[in-house]
Amino acid sequence: MHLPPFEQLVDDHANELHRFLIGSVGPIEAEDCLQETFMSALRAYPRLRHADNLRAWLYTIAQRKATDTVRRRARRPTRGLDGVDPVAPPTSPPADDGLWQLVGGLPSKQRTAVVHRFVLDLAYADIAVRMGISEEAARQNVSAGLRRLRREVPDDR
Amino acid sequence: MTDDLERRLGAAPDSALDLDAFRSRLGRRAAEDGLLDVAYGTYDSPLGPLTVVVTPRGLARLSYPGEGIEAQLDELADRISPRILEAPEQTDEVRRQLDAYFARDRTSFEVAIDWRLVRGFAGNVLRATARIPFGSVSSYREVAAEAGSPNAYRAAGNALGTNPIPIVVPCHRVLHAGGGLGGYTGGLERKRYLLQLEGVIPA
Repeated sequence: MHLPPFEQLVDDHANELHRFLIGSVGPIEAEDCLQETFMSALRAYPRLRHADNLRAWLYTIAQRKATDTVRRRARRPTRGLDGVDPVAPPTSPPADDGLWQLVGGLPSKQRTAVVHRFVLDLAYADIAVRMGISEEAARQNVSAGLRRLRREVPDDR
Repeated sequence: MTDDLERRLGAAPDSALDLDAFRSRLGRRAAEDGLLDVAYGTYDSPLGPLTVVVTPRGLARLSYPGEGIEAQLDELADRISPRILEAPEQTDEVRRQLDAYFARDRTSFEVAIDWRLVRGFAGNVLRATARIPFGSVSSYREVAAEAGSPNAYRAAGNALGTNPIPIVVPCHRVLHAGGGLGGYTGGLERKRYLLQLEGVIPA
């Protein structure tokens, strides 16, 4: 069986995975998350038994890494005891960071489906293929995710 | 209908990933974690940019420009491992020795060789070739004999023509018995350059 040189996966998919992760964990942590995604993929790569859908495989790993990132974030206090933010603020805060926190807080399937639908602008049929689920399940995950976000996102900005 | 929430999701910042920087970081980390089975970098030689490919076992490939990097990486993926990334710092030692060689500060290479890209008789021929010292030459028939089959000089010629590690495995030191230059993977101009550098033929 022929597996393409790993570097080709990086060249072909790093940018789209990065955008997927921006949608999943926000712009600040997306690049580290991408690095973790490719490190995990590299570790497992020679053991893959087929090269049919490497892209879907990478998305599965990215989704898992996004979930790890969100969990880590949840364990980390956002405010120190003295009320000072323990994490140094980024030099230029990206827009709408609060929204990405909430997206990150969605159950992983809902989060992945919502990001594919609205950030990457994919059709439900494509989301289904990407996630290895039915089109109906893709729709349900998107609408459940949206419902939940609507409850949590302040109505107007 | 697109509402405000959907619009805000669609306005996620674009990926502004610096792919080169990302690849470098990934290559370094992969090497640190022992996950890089094949690393490559480019060396700017007087004979043009060479691709240097190393593995944890040693130097596996040194190729002249025009050999098609993608086809080479595909072959490496099949023959050695698909865990391949560009990681130039992994090739530093080889590049340093090449620098010294081209500056006439070094007459032999002290790098381990990964022979996995060559098999059978070709491997014997190239190992015999690797023993020809700087400044001397041999013939196709002699290396065939060294490799165990004195009559297989044509096969020896083929093996030398597909040498994956020219310069370091000095196939340029193998000439026709009559004194003709014979052939060379990188073209005869390069063979002539190397033989002049080594003082075998006048500059």
